[in-house]
Amino acid sequence: MNKIVEARFIAPDIKLFRIEAPKIAEKRKPGQFVVVRVDEYGERIPLTIADSDPNEGTVTIIVQGVGKTTKQLNLLEAGDYVRDIVGPLGKPSEIENYGVAVSIGGGVGTAIAYPTAKALKEAGNYVIGIIGGRSKEYVILEDEMKKICDELYPTTDDGSYGFHGFVTHKLQQLLDEGRKIDFVLAIGPIPMMKAVAEVTRPYGIKTVVSLNPIMVDATGMCGGCRVTVDNKTYFACVDGPEFDAHKVDFDNLMKRNRMYIEHEKKALEEFICRIDLMAKKLEKQNA
Amino acid sequence: MPELTNKERMQIPRHHMPEQPPEVRIRNFNEVNLGYTIELAREEAERCLRCKKPVCVEGCPVAVKIPDFIKMVAEGKFKEAAEILKEDNALPAVCGRVCPQEDQCEKVCVVGKKNEPVAIGHLERFVADWERKNLGFRMPEMKPKTGKKVAIVGGGPAGLSCAGDLIRMGHDVTVFEALHEIGGVLIYGIPEFRLPKEIVRAEVDYLRQLGVEFKTDYVIGLTETVDELLERYDAVFIGVGAGLPYFLNIPGENLLGIYSANEFLTRVNLMRAFEFPKADTPIMNLQGKDVAVFGGGNTAMDAVRTALRLGAKKAMIIYRRTEAEMPARIEEIKHAKEEGVEFIFLSAPLEFIGDDDGWVRAVKVQKMQLGEPDESGRRKPVPIEGAIEIIPIDAAVIAIGNGSNPIIHKTTPDLKVNKWGNIIVDPETMKTSKKGVFAGGDIVTGGATVILAMGAGRKAAKAIDEYLKNPDIW
Ligand SMILES: Cc1cc2nc3c(=O)[nH]c(=O)nc-3n(C[C@H](O)[C@H](O)[C@H](O)COP(=O)(O)OP(=O)(O)OC[C@H]3O[C@@H](n4cnc5c(N)ncnc54)[C@H](O)[C@@H]3O)c2cc1C
Ligand SMILES: Cc1cc2nc3c(=O)[nH]c(=O)nc-3n(C[C@H](O)[C@H](O)[C@H](O)COP(=O)(O)OP(=O)(O)OC[C@H]3O[C@@H](n4cnc5c(N)ncnc54)[C@H](O)[C@@H]3O)c2cc1C
Ligand code: SF4
Ligand code: SF4
Ligand code: FES
Repeated sequence: MNKIVEARFIAPDIKLFRIEAPKIAEKRKPGQFVVVRVDEYGERIPLTIADSDPNEGTVTIIVQGVGKTTKQLNLLEAGDYVRDIVGPLGKPSEIENYGVAVSIGGGVGTAIAYPTAKALKEAGNYVIGIIGGRSKEYVILEDEMKKICDELYPTTDDGSYGFHGFVTHKLQQLLDEGRKIDFVLAIGPIPMMKAVAEVTRPYGIKTVVSLNPIMVDATGMCGGCRVTVDNKTYFACVDGPEFDAHKVDFDNLMKRNRMYIEHEKKALEEFICRIDLMAKKLEKQNA
Repeated sequence: MPELTNKERMQIPRHHMPEQPPEVRIRNFNEVNLGYTIELAREEAERCLRCKKPVCVEGCPVAVKIPDFIKMVAEGKFKEAAEILKEDNALPAVCGRVCPQEDQCEKVCVVGKKNEPVAIGHLERFVADWERKNLGFRMPEMKPKTGKKVAIVGGGPAGLSCAGDLIRMGHDVTVFEALHEIGGVLIYGIPEFRLPKEIVRAEVDYLRQLGVEFKTDYVIGLTETVDELLERYDAVFIGVGAGLPYFLNIPGENLLGIYSANEFLTRVNLMRAFEFPKADTPIMNLQGKDVAVFGGGNTAMDAVRTALRLGAKKAMIIYRRTEAEMPARIEEIKHAKEEGVEFIFLSAPLEFIGDDDGWVRAVKVQKMQLGEPDESGRRKPVPIEGAIEIIPIDAAVIAIGNGSNPIIHKTTPDLKVNKWGNIIVDPETMKTSKKGVFAGGDIVTGGATVILAMGAGRKAAKAIDEYLKNPDIW
């Protein structure tokens, strides 16, 4: 059981948590993640460690409510507990001084890119941040990113804030302007990462993405998280989650992530049903 | 009852294990074997000749005093029987159920020369179950506290038996387990219908009451390294098992619907996917589907029988060799056949074929025939040229074995491993190349058996005890 010491929404459906986990806080490196289980019947879900405070013994995670487990997690408040948290898992990001590094985050991907972007800055890179969202309220961690980026470009699909367009359009614009870029880190929805890979491929820019396959144990025991990279099979939880974007088979990953789509729908419907029932009961009690 | 002569004993037929009928059990996850009644157990115990030189004991990897405990069963002294068993076997309720008895104790039993061997495993199980139900927790003899601390890495049978012995020797023991539940393969691998989880939990609770501390969600190598453990503990035992699933490495293996046995069984056992949506973790819907399981060991049998229970219309074992070479326990093969599992022998998978959405739809197999015997005397399967078959399937489970997970040795540079990543130990003491660190179980031997892992854990406990008394002996 691990205690939540802080919980607050930072965007619609996106919640930041600080959770007590002293050993993980002490050990973790940028790019690593934890597995969280909310309760006894809970699924094991992987979440990136966005930040940590070794003195206080906490790790920060930022969770987007997309399905049953993440929505259930996002109902928790400071003072509540999660049943399990284990980590730090996965290989840390390979941090080097590449020169000019662009860190691209799409949606909640910004939270996953943030710790690595910070480490890239600390390693001496000139860091350009591109952080996208559907509209203004979905652009997250702008203040945090501003602190560590030499240049920061928020983008929105609907133009309600910052650059009007996708993160890839902004990246293409920088390249068209003839900007020298030595390294790109792109984290977000799979179509976005695939699109970034296509933008940088002709320029031969080293591009790294963080893959998000479905995981179970996340310690290399099940092979459920296997991804195809350079026509070889890797276990993303131990060999990744970061891989060379130009070699990833995104289509296979996209298909594999749809494996339980029917189950996910059902689980979410039942969960919402249950919450509604609970709300009605409470209303009755209070009436 | 008058004392029987050996001749009379030899003529009693073996008492068969009462079990759920196949048509009922394939619809539930409850245990297939129901256990002997007191009468059945006592009658079966009468079949033992109480040999002066009991060869069965030599057949048992931990040398359980078989005739002694069976004699107590015959006399109805079950408490005494349990005490004799416990002297050599820390997990009799487990071993009675899952030991490959036909290759061990029962293989050599002299009764088996003329009749079926004494049902040693069934009797062992009976005694352990009787003890758990009737006596509850009893404090064993505990040595005075030594003030020494031992860290056990991995909560499988190797780690648990090592922990149980060390705590009784007076040492403080902490078990570190990567998953959220203790038990190793006993919890995540072997299904409920063969080994109820309640039994494993009872064993773990027993150790907890003796004072063993358990830390789950703790991956040694990542959360803390072996070297860091050594700063806090006087010795470390590594029993992390063989948890890295092998795949076939053939085209199409990453299609949807293809699982490793580890993933398939973990989803169902540890994560309780058969209770979805009460449990959050899903498993693909197998109702009315055709499922192929590749392999011929216990893991393959567990997977194929689990698939049946999840509603598969057709559950197949596809194996490269023939039935005679299958390493699974005979009882599992028998049960699988009764439940309607189809066996396709002498067939090696070449490729999985998928549809546009990425789901597996068929497997292409190469038919084989047995060739000349190789050095080991086994006839090796060789391809029959041109004999290729396409078998339609909706799901596949790969159960061809496990290698060793590299997390520990990658983060412990001075721990010597062989080319398969198995930790190298001194077979007498289970000492590794690193001072203060011992290892045993599947991580040393590669995938083996519960009883061997347990035996290794106990051997290590003895050596650790000596080492703690006198670290200079290293
Ligand atoms: C290494 C890694 C780091 C991640 N970091 C973050 C993060 O920092 N913040 C964040 O909001 N999300 C993160 N994710 C994604 C997050 O794990 C999933 O959104 C979550 O598991 C969905 O669970 P659910 O029950 O809410 O949704 P569901 O309705 O069950 O699933 C929605 C989608 O999430 C994916 N998914 C489902 N189950 C799992 C699972 N067990 N493991 C992985 N993916 C799954 C599938 O693609 C599925 O279609 C990360 C994923 C990985 C692999
Ligand atoms: C499906 C299946 C069926 C089987 N059926 C039988 C049978 O019928 N009869 C039989 O005798 N044998 C059977 N076996 C084999 C038997 O289960 C194993 O030989 C035995 O469990 C090995 O015990 P162990 O303690 O060495 O390892 P395990 O049981 O594998 O336990 C190792 C534990 O260590 C944990 N761990 C791993 N890495 C770390 C780490 N870095 N930090 C902390 N913890 C870690 C794991 O999570 C696990 O809990 C079967 C195996 C499988 C997979
Ligand atoms: S532990 Fe296994 S091999 Fe030994 S007597 Fe019991 S069943 Fe037989
Ligand atoms: S060999 Fe068979 S008959 Fe002899 S003691 Fe052992 S179990 Fe009894
Ligand atoms: S999640 Fe099981 S091996 Fe990666």
